[in-house]
Amino acid sequence: MDISVDITAHILVPKHSKMSMEEANALLEKLNISINQLPKILKSDPAIHNLNAEVGDIILIERNSPTSGKANYYRAVING
Amino acid sequence: METVFKKVGSISFSLLSPQQIKKMAHVKIVTPELYDKEGYPVEGGLMDTRLGVIDPGLRCRTCNGKLKECPGHFGYIELGRPALHISYIKAIYVFLQTTCKECSRILLDDENIQKYQGKIDKLKEMGKDDLIPKVSKLARAGAKNVKKCPHCKAKLNVVKFEKPSTFMEETKRVSPIEILERFEKISDADCMLIGVNPQYARPEWMIMTVFPIPPVTMRPSITLETGERAEDDLTHKLSDIVRINQRLFENINAGAPEIIVEDLWDLLQYHITTFFNNDIAQVPPARHRSGQPLKTITERIKSKEGRFRHNLAGKRVNYAARTVISPDPKIELNEVGVPTLIAMELTVPERVTEWNLDWLKTFIKNGPKVYPGANYVLDGVKKKKITAETQEVILTELTPGQIVERHLLDGDISIFNRQPSLHRMSIMCHKIRVLPGKSFRLNPSVCNPYNADFDGDEMNLHIPQTEEARAEAEILMEVETQITSPKHGLNVIGCIEDAVTGNYLLTDDRTEMTKEEAIELLISIGVEDSKKLNKFKKKVTGKEIFSAVLPENFDFVNDKVTIENGQLKSGQIDPKTIGEDNGTLLRDINRSYSGSECVDIFGKIFKLGIAYLQKRGFTITTSDADIPEDIREKAKTIISDAITSANDIIDQYEKGKLKNLSGKTVEQTLELMVMQKLNETRNIVGKMISKTVSDTNNAIIMSRAGKGNVLNLAQTSILVGQQALRGGRIERGYKNRTLSLFREHDKSPEAKGFVRHSYKNGLNPVEFFFHAMTGRDSLMDTALRTPKSGYLYRRLANALQDLKVEYDGTVRDANKTIIQFAYGDDNIDVSRSENGTIDVKKIVNEVSKKTK
Ligand SMILES: [Mg+2]
Ligand SMILES: [Zn+2]
Ligand SMILES: [Zn+2]
Repeated sequence: MDISVDITAHILVPKHSKMSMEEANALLEKLNISINQLPKILKSDPAIHNLNAEVGDIILIERNSPTSGKANYYRAVING
Repeated sequence: METVFKKVGSISFSLLSPQQIKKMAHVKIVTPELYDKEGYPVEGGLMDTRLGVIDPGLRCRTCNGKLKECPGHFGYIELGRPALHISYIKAIYVFLQTTCKECSRILLDDENIQKYQGKIDKLKEMGKDDLIPKVSKLARAGAKNVKKCPHCKAKLNVVKFEKPSTFMEETKRVSPIEILERFEKISDADCMLIGVNPQYARPEWMIMTVFPIPPVTMRPSITLETGERAEDDLTHKLSDIVRINQRLFENINAGAPEIIVEDLWDLLQYHITTFFNNDIAQVPPARHRSGQPLKTITERIKSKEGRFRHNLAGKRVNYAARTVISPDPKIELNEVGVPTLIAMELTVPERVTEWNLDWLKTFIKNGPKVYPGANYVLDGVKKKKITAETQEVILTELTPGQIVERHLLDGDISIFNRQPSLHRMSIMCHKIRVLPGKSFRLNPSVCNPYNADFDGDEMNLHIPQTEEARAEAEILMEVETQITSPKHGLNVIGCIEDAVTGNYLLTDDRTEMTKEEAIELLISIGVEDSKKLNKFKKKVTGKEIFSAVLPENFDFVNDKVTIENGQLKSGQIDPKTIGEDNGTLLRDINRSYSGSECVDIFGKIFKLGIAYLQKRGFTITTSDADIPEDIREKAKTIISDAITSANDIIDQYEKGKLKNLSGKTVEQTLELMVMQKLNETRNIVGKMISKTVSDTNNAIIMSRAGKGNVLNLAQTSILVGQQALRGGRIERGYKNRTLSLFREHDKSPEAKGFVRHSYKNGLNPVEFFFHAMTGRDSLMDTALRTPKSGYLYRRLANALQDLKVEYDGTVRDANKTIIQFAYGDDNIDVSRSENGTIDVKKIVNEVSKKTK
């Protein structure tokens, strides 16, 4: 699949990044959950096309929020 | 019947084979008759006692259980000719299309068969059986519209489906027997490819050769008052099936001509189809003699009256009442006025003790027909009705431990509700207030949370029957606990209408009255604190009177109003301080004082407004729309200036000199600029009016403390303004023009819906027409949008209903899957905030003041 437009450059697409193993484990530890209790993101999602994310990785999404200024969101990569 | 408690691990659905139907059946049904001459169920009939029992005296001949012990048992009949199952008709059609009529192989060549088979095997290996249907779907798509069988090379015809249940090949009908034969020959491997797992079902099982007779327990007959027996709709349908099936057998055995047999066969198919679903297009529904359609299997389940929405999702209760509501500003916020009639029907169970024995006896003496009386006495499991005859005995036998169901009394706990119950405040706990009349009375201040008005609205009242229920209702649902809305942290209950206007006028700097008048006013609304009243001097200002209902030591400041130590120092009370949804004064009171204190203070503020307005009087006259001559002249020039400059823009456009704004065409730019120019005028005029017109003008008072705004006055007295349709000036009507009296492409203000006259001076016919257009449009718009947005809200609420903020601040669903990592991103409980934010400065101020 080739993306002709880099959507990550678009102003409305928040920054996506892959979390390291340590960060990911710390997050799951903090939230006291298993990875399948996280929200999901498809491996084919154009926003993470350049991150080389594999199933089981956790994506950190840094969003702007009208209430808190910045808000972090986490998604587990799934097949599809 | 033995009850087994086990957790359901999984459920799989499959088809019943003829063998299974016979195996699970306990009776072969041989006659359509139900009862013999004595009224006993006929052996081998549809009410055979081996199918279960519905009479209290009888025992099931299969399991020997009594009524309610025996769950019922299936029977079966052998069909004379096979019949198609209407719910599988689509699947049957697809299988006919995708298999060969000669060899019954799937119409794919070996290469493709291998391809799909490989995929299925792989999925099975991976344990992803749930994806197999997707492969089958592809395989079926590939096997459609094949002209020649790839296996036996037979020439194939297109199979046509004729609703409801006929299949045609060319002009020849494919009979259920043929279908059955074809399907029986399909190999297990091919079954998998076309999407049927032969482990659970075979395609030919979709054609019924044996018909299961459901147990009588799911189709009980009812005895009418006349003593007649009325059978269930399903029983009627089943006897039709059995009768026709018998005739079919007889005719076949007698060697009757094929036409007669086929007619009967079609009839059997019809009865079996309507047994499953009596609401199929092209099939005339089977009807009662009265003409009303039979309720068969599908109708039992689906729709609003079906099992799900009516029985499983819908619950009905006792100790409830429903009637029309009407307002009563004299009762408290947390009360509900209940008609005596209803108070005598709804009851509260009161346990008899040594201490209340005599008190309860007075109720029993009054009986069910005198208020306040009692309707029943419960002695253990026995329930005794109080009547003139039983009264004496019940009175002498009344002992502690019994329960008296007495009529409602003032102060009893009730739960009050108005549908649609969209939020928490749609169901609140009110104290009963028994009143004459036939409607429920409620304080107009609680209209807002219920979204109620009095144009015929009805509401429901429930009486909790246990101590637990009453305690729960009081603690969680009382009106005073619901004043602050969880959706924005502001008060949903506040002053409206007269109460706002009254307080606004009362707290005017010029309002003044004698000490006697002031005291009379305050006493009338229940302020009897002599300490406060004695403080009054000979002349009392309105602000002093308003302060009398405020708690001492209460402080409040906003941009207009200042209250110090419970004294209104400056500013005039308006909707921003005491109104609903943004009455900051009321919200602050609610935060600082207990629920019962709030009800008291709110009630007094409300009543003070009404009482003062009644004393002062308030109305509006036509002369309120008389604007001073000089202002009118000024307005006239503003309007004609606007029209001139609009025409200038149009002129530029027509000369082709108008430059377009970025992202817009020249036409759009023109419309935008003209609209802006014309809309401006009304706002400028409105501002001018509110600045210059006297604040004793009743319309101005209304705009500040009541309904409406200054624009309404501007529209009545100066100009109505531009009429907008779908976000633009009026476009519709004739070709390139709005009305036939304009030239085509006329873009001038008057040709496109600008109304320069006022309501009072009158619109000209063209203006009137444009105004009617927008009026009709907004009427239609509201009528169409309300149900749409209501349904949208319902879907959203249902989708989100079990989301919950956990202790760690995350929002999770019922599976504890995270939806949001911090509630609202900032973890603020909106109901404890001020419109979503927390004013730290204010809190610090309050705390430091308290510690001083
Ligand atoms: Mg209404
Ligand atoms: Zn039984
Ligand atoms: Zn063939």
